[in-house]
Amino acid sequence: MELKGAVHSVESFGSVDGPGIRYIIFLKGCNLRCKFCHNPDTWKLTQDNMQTADELLEKALRCKAYWGKNGGITVSGGDPLVQIDFLSELLKKAKKEGVNTCIDTAAEPFTRQEPFFSKFKELMEYTDLLLVDIKHIDPQEHKKLTGKTNENILDCLKYLSDIDKPVWIRQVLVPGITDNEEYLRKTRDFISTLKNVKKIEVLPYHTLGIFKWEQLGIPYSLEGVSPPTHESVENAKKILNEALK
Amino acid sequence: MKTQWQGFESGLWTDEVNVRDFIQHNYTEYRGDESFLSGPTEATNKLWGKLSELQKEERAKGGVLECETEVVSDIDAYGPGYIDESLKDLEKVVGLQTDKPLKRAFMPFGGIKMAQQAAAMYGYEINPRFDEIFNKYHKTHNQAVFDAYTPEMKQVRHNKILTGLPDTYGRGRIVGDYRRVALYGIDYLIAQKQDDLANCGDGTMTDNVIRLREELAEQIKALKKMKVMAKSYGYDISQPAQTAKEAVQWLYFGYLAAIKTQNGAAMSVGRVSTFLDIYIERDLKNGVITEEEAQELIDHFVMKLRMVKFARIKSYNELFSGDPVWATLEVAGMGQDGRSMVTKNDFRFLHTLENMGPSPEPNLTVLYCSSLPQDFKEYATKVSVRTSSIQYENDDVMRPVWGDDYSICCCVSATQTGKEMQFFGARANLAKCLLYAMNGGKDVKTGEQCGPAYAPITSEYLDYDELMAKYDKMMDWLAGLYVNTLNLIQYMHDKYYYEAAEMALIDTDVRRTFATGIAGFSHVVDSLSAVKYAKVKVIRGDVEVKKKVKNPETGEMEVKVVDVAKDMALDFEVEGDFPRYGNDDDRADDIAVWLLKTFLKKIKKHHTYRDSEPTTSILTITSNVVYGKATGSLPDGRKAGEPLSPGANPSYGAEKNGLIASLNSVAKLPYEYALDGISNTQTISPEALGHNESEQKKTLAGVIDGYFNKGAHHINVNVFGTEKLLDAQAHPEKPEYANFTIRVSGYAVKFIDLTTEQQNDVISRTCHKAM
Repeated sequence: MELKGAVHSVESFGSVDGPGIRYIIFLKGCNLRCKFCHNPDTWKLTQDNMQTADELLEKALRCKAYWGKNGGITVSGGDPLVQIDFLSELLKKAKKEGVNTCIDTAAEPFTRQEPFFSKFKELMEYTDLLLVDIKHIDPQEHKKLTGKTNENILDCLKYLSDIDKPVWIRQVLVPGITDNEEYLRKTRDFISTLKNVKKIEVLPYHTLGIFKWEQLGIPYSLEGVSPPTHESVENAKKILNEALK
Repeated sequence: MKTQWQGFESGLWTDEVNVRDFIQHNYTEYRGDESFLSGPTEATNKLWGKLSELQKEERAKGGVLECETEVVSDIDAYGPGYIDESLKDLEKVVGLQTDKPLKRAFMPFGGIKMAQQAAAMYGYEINPRFDEIFNKYHKTHNQAVFDAYTPEMKQVRHNKILTGLPDTYGRGRIVGDYRRVALYGIDYLIAQKQDDLANCGDGTMTDNVIRLREELAEQIKALKKMKVMAKSYGYDISQPAQTAKEAVQWLYFGYLAAIKTQNGAAMSVGRVSTFLDIYIERDLKNGVITEEEAQELIDHFVMKLRMVKFARIKSYNELFSGDPVWATLEVAGMGQDGRSMVTKNDFRFLHTLENMGPSPEPNLTVLYCSSLPQDFKEYATKVSVRTSSIQYENDDVMRPVWGDDYSICCCVSATQTGKEMQFFGARANLAKCLLYAMNGGKDVKTGEQCGPAYAPITSEYLDYDELMAKYDKMMDWLAGLYVNTLNLIQYMHDKYYYEAAEMALIDTDVRRTFATGIAGFSHVVDSLSAVKYAKVKVIRGDVEVKKKVKNPETGEMEVKVVDVAKDMALDFEVEGDFPRYGNDDDRADDIAVWLLKTFLKKIKKHHTYRDSEPTTSILTITSNVVYGKATGSLPDGRKAGEPLSPGANPSYGAEKNGLIASLNSVAKLPYEYALDGISNTQTISPEALGHNESEQKKTLAGVIDGYFNKGAHHINVNVFGTEKLLDAQAHPEKPEYANFTIRVSGYAVKFIDLTTEQQNDVISRTCHKAM
């Protein structure tokens, strides 16, 4: 039986999830329950849209003409690491076609335990870039915000640094939760210890995903939180980017 | 060599009219970036400020500042006119359509009734003596067409299955090679036409020879009048232009002659940018002008093109959305020798959108392909991101067909400059035709037996094969009637509203194309897909047939029910899902390709007037709102009266996989089967293109590169979010919206000039966002 992945949706035109113009495949399943999540409909690993790697790639490769030198495929989610076997097969096949590959992950499923660790090592052979979110630098705050601590995430980043795999770090800026300067400086200091970070992006919290929570009947706990101000975003960018100096 | 040509490299062009040869021998390709450009001069700011005031006044008066009521427009009908008498010395390029800025000329030759109505709608009364002249002593195009129409032609027109036909106004779409006036001067052009007249025919007076001789005589008269017109502004254009300033002025006088005599639906300027750059480069080299003065010249020229206006009736503006003239002007493109034709002047034309703000006219068109210099591409896309005022057409698909000196004669249609003319033919509503196929030729809106009374479909659920067989037959009928209606219209237009000014600047031995068009494209595709891949149930009902009849007692006209059309397919219920055009899904897209090819093949079967070459298009402008009103519910889920999607765009809400999948669907339509153009309008939110302008311009260039490398023909790009449209709709008075321009299917329009209905339509269209 050919391996199939649980697919949430695809977006043929992405320009902010990795370099250049990208085809984004959203896989289902995520272990985190971030309060600000704008794709809560991707959390559960439901089986209603199962596709093979070949089926997905056939569609994606039709967009190759738009990718130029930098673009390619980004697998996002959910957290695509939840379906690591399928993800690995998909990217292996994409690599065979010479496609630039990128994973957009929360890195929470990461562990140095087997069998996951070997699978992850193999996956890295087919991966050009990872976009990793740091939801919060403080383990307890992280747990409050997402339901889990950030141990695995930080460990994954350390590992990626050790093998020198290019990474973009993304920090979602939620007013009152992650825009605290002390935490931002701590995050910066952590990033400074990594040698593989190519770019740091600050993603301002937005409310465009709230309607999905309503549709799913899940109470939204950030009700009343507004998107951060332009100044606040610029300030966070400034602090975090000091890590690259 | 003539003294005016000093510094130019000679070639074939020196001994014959051959502007392309002149350009290829003399232009200087520019591969740098935009850093050389100059901002607006004080004169530009003053004049543009004045013009902006006039435009505001025009809007406040309901759309028209003033209408001519006493003078029939002609090349030399007026003395000089200026934007402002007190500022006239600041105008580097002079010439108005009438004696006052934004005053609309009286152009009765397309149809006197239309001209009278247009004036009346804005509170002006055309002098009654013209009523007598153009009804009693001189026939108009409109009268002639209706004299000759068959009852069937009148009926399809009334039922709007053929729609937008140029039978009450100028057909337009003829681009004179206005560059000839600058390069050769009028006297040489007259001599050439006189020579053509002397060699026209062998003395045997066939219809063709007689007609051409008369047309040549008209052309020569028009050329002579151009000299008179120029003289009134103090210029002698009998000889070639000597400087860049003269070249722009001479060229503009040529164009001005066209827009003083014709109120065509599209009055393109053509491919003038690279040509004019040659003169500017020469002057820059000789120290005659500075870069600042060069930009000023182009700014002032463009300012004039922003002022072109025609008197139109309100329903015309509803049909075409806003008040468009399609003063289309092209930049860039590649030469046959592999050099890009990008010059500094191409930057200057785009830069007018920064110096004087966004504007719908001139309809700035970039002849684009991925091999153009990257700096130019990214400058164009940067200006797009800032102003949404540019459209892009694929030079890689047009160049093999039209060469490297074609112009865009309407919104998106190519034509070889100075070598060709086009018979514009509006469109056939193929979505209505599909309903005719189901209803045995009866129209669901009027109940009339408009098409042939073939057997209707009577089954509860539509059968794909049965529907296709009936659709094929109904399309045969429509294609035949369509071509013949157009033949008649074009014949009368040549006879009663001949474009002497434009044709005088085109080779006598002209190639003619016969442009048909398709409306309702995406809806037919999705409807057929629904029938093929899902189950479509027909909801039937009766439609009353109404007629205006005279009440024998009161003598007044009344609307009466004269018949009832039974069991008409009024609505549909779809059970199950089906693939839709716009998702890069071959199941739907194959139907799209089939539809296009089938329609053109049917058109090509018929004789076309003056041995013109039939082409077709999928570009319906924004008339999609008006066409939609006349179209019943369809199996794809579109309800009766709702707008059709514009051009070759997928239907609203059909696109489920994002922008590129949608573009890929449209790119599958073979351009060779739609040489008149395949338009696609896309709105992208700035955030979806990148975090900052530098990313945004690169991404946009990448999108266009990819789309065009897939063989697509055209894309209109708007960069803004829905919020901006909603705000503009709510607050049209805000100064930032005065010139807020959006691109719609092959042209641009000021958003605030659209009707509320059209604004809502634009707002409801898919805005591509990244989430």
